[in-house]
Amino acid sequence: MSPPAAASYIARHRTGLSVIGLCLALSLVPLRLADPWKLGILNLIALHAIVVLGLNLFIGYAGQISLGHAAFFGLGAYGSAILTTAFAVPPLPAMTLTAAGVALTAVVVGAPTLRLSGHYLAMATLGFNVVVHNVFVQWDRVTGGPSGLSGIPPFAVLGLAVQGEVRQYYLLWGAAMIFLTLSLNLIRSGVGRGLAALAEDEVCAAAMGVDVRRGKIAVFTVSAFFASIGGSLFAHYMGTVTPDTFGIFASIDFVIMVVIGGMGCLWGSLAGAAIVTLLPHLLGPLEDSKDIVYGLIVVAILLVLPRGFLAEIVDLAKSRLARGSSAMRRGTA
Amino acid sequence: MTSVDPNGITLQASGLTKHFGGLPALHEVAFVARKGRVTALIGPNGAGKTTFINCLTGVLRPDRGSIIFDGQELFGLPSHRIARLGVARTFQNLRLFARLSVLDNVLCGLSTTAGDSFLEAFLRTPSLRHRERRLRLAALEALDIFGLAGRADWRAHALSYGERKRLELARAFVSGPRLLLLDEAVAGLNPDETERIGTLIRQMQRNGATLILVEHDMDLVMSVSDHVVVLDGGRRIAGGPPEDVRRNPLVLQAYLGKISLTA
Repeated sequence: MSPPAAASYIARHRTGLSVIGLCLALSLVPLRLADPWKLGILNLIALHAIVVLGLNLFIGYAGQISLGHAAFFGLGAYGSAILTTAFAVPPLPAMTLTAAGVALTAVVVGAPTLRLSGHYLAMATLGFNVVVHNVFVQWDRVTGGPSGLSGIPPFAVLGLAVQGEVRQYYLLWGAAMIFLTLSLNLIRSGVGRGLAALAEDEVCAAAMGVDVRRGKIAVFTVSAFFASIGGSLFAHYMGTVTPDTFGIFASIDFVIMVVIGGMGCLWGSLAGAAIVTLLPHLLGPLEDSKDIVYGLIVVAILLVLPRGFLAEIVDLAKSRLARGSSAMRRGTA
Repeated sequence: MTSVDPNGITLQASGLTKHFGGLPALHEVAFVARKGRVTALIGPNGAGKTTFINCLTGVLRPDRGSIIFDGQELFGLPSHRIARLGVARTFQNLRLFARLSVLDNVLCGLSTTAGDSFLEAFLRTPSLRHRERRLRLAALEALDIFGLAGRADWRAHALSYGERKRLELARAFVSGPRLLLLDEAVAGLNPDETERIGTLIRQMQRNGATLILVEHDMDLVMSVSDHVVVLDGGRRIAGGPPEDVRRNPLVLQAYLGKISLTA
């Protein structure tokens, strides 16, 4: 391939090549990083990333707000836990069934609540999370109450159990990359543009032929589906589920991940999930005051890098590069 | 002049009434837009012109009346359904998607052909890729026609006012709508930009577009319209060819106040 042809090929397939590059880089990590504890943190990042990608479609692209996605994450986790332990359903069908049920729940919950916007929508989704959390705590017979459920088998593909941090790593990051690809595909389509349009101006989007109501419910459902799959994988990864993991503070953490990574920046979702998941470990002695540090970081990000960490850094680098190359051109001219 | 052809009617509104609380914004308005013609809707401020357009496009729901578009009743349909039937519009106060690129804004104008299946979008099927390429070309062509070819990658908020007006036109025009409603396409523009948009409108007219023009700029109205309808206080007070309407005493009175004959 001649250089210009290669350049245009790269330009046209920029997104696809970036995903492949990231997949290759990620697949090499376990070869250099043998510490299972560190791999465990990376695995948690992948699990969070799956939820955050979906939530970013809902918050960042469609311009809505949800403070209740930990409920969908939890429903996914409990669904898989109950189906695999009490009914001996294999993990993959259990995950699929659960995700379908959660998606249906999202339609039922979303149809009335998505008529709201802004603070009202935030409160409604928060309320949903509180209700679901209460069910996890109170419905002893099914959910195991405050102590939760344990003895959840590891995830299995075609009867082969995925055990050990390294295999888990490939499973979870593989799943995260699939969801990244699906999300990137969505935003580069007419559907994605419709969501971006309705985020900015619902009246105008409708005048272009975008079904605003359907679009909002659909993207809410999609994000709930992502969260449910993330929850199922979480349950199989941990082997136990407890209600505390799925309270409203977990929902707020997910929103913080979206904001830090950049609203509407899907690559940033990976960064946001990584930063927020790593933070408690990086804080060391400050860990007790983690909530204060989170709060300060979010305020700082919103003031200094309002479009999120990754999006702003990339833009900064781009403009630096552009200035550098134009300076070079002036130099040679 | 061709004779009046009943089959040439693209849109026919009759008895259209809309009240805001007790305030009548439109009262029993009748209106016809013919295929391939430019129909202008004029009237003093507060006459109900924008309310009329909003009722036609489903932004507002009229209280009573009927709107037949290509044989189909639009009354009560939601905005997006009306758009999907081939009715495109611009807005009096620019409504661009400010954070999207200029090209994406125009692509939004093609939403009705871009498809709305989430599954297809997630999988990025070959047919979707093919369609996206085709839509991109159509959008770039529209940008070229409206003099925005060099701005495709800009964010819409970075454009000048005149460029934004043209971008709105390009976004409404790109889908090749069966009916195009322009709400004050030249409001607030300098004479050069006004002339430029006038030329674009005449170009669309020559290419057989069916237009409804809500306009304050009388020079533009007189030079491009085939038919003019005048609203005042929510009522239709006159309608006819531009030169007739210009001499109609009721119209003069609506615009200038009652003319005393004592002089």
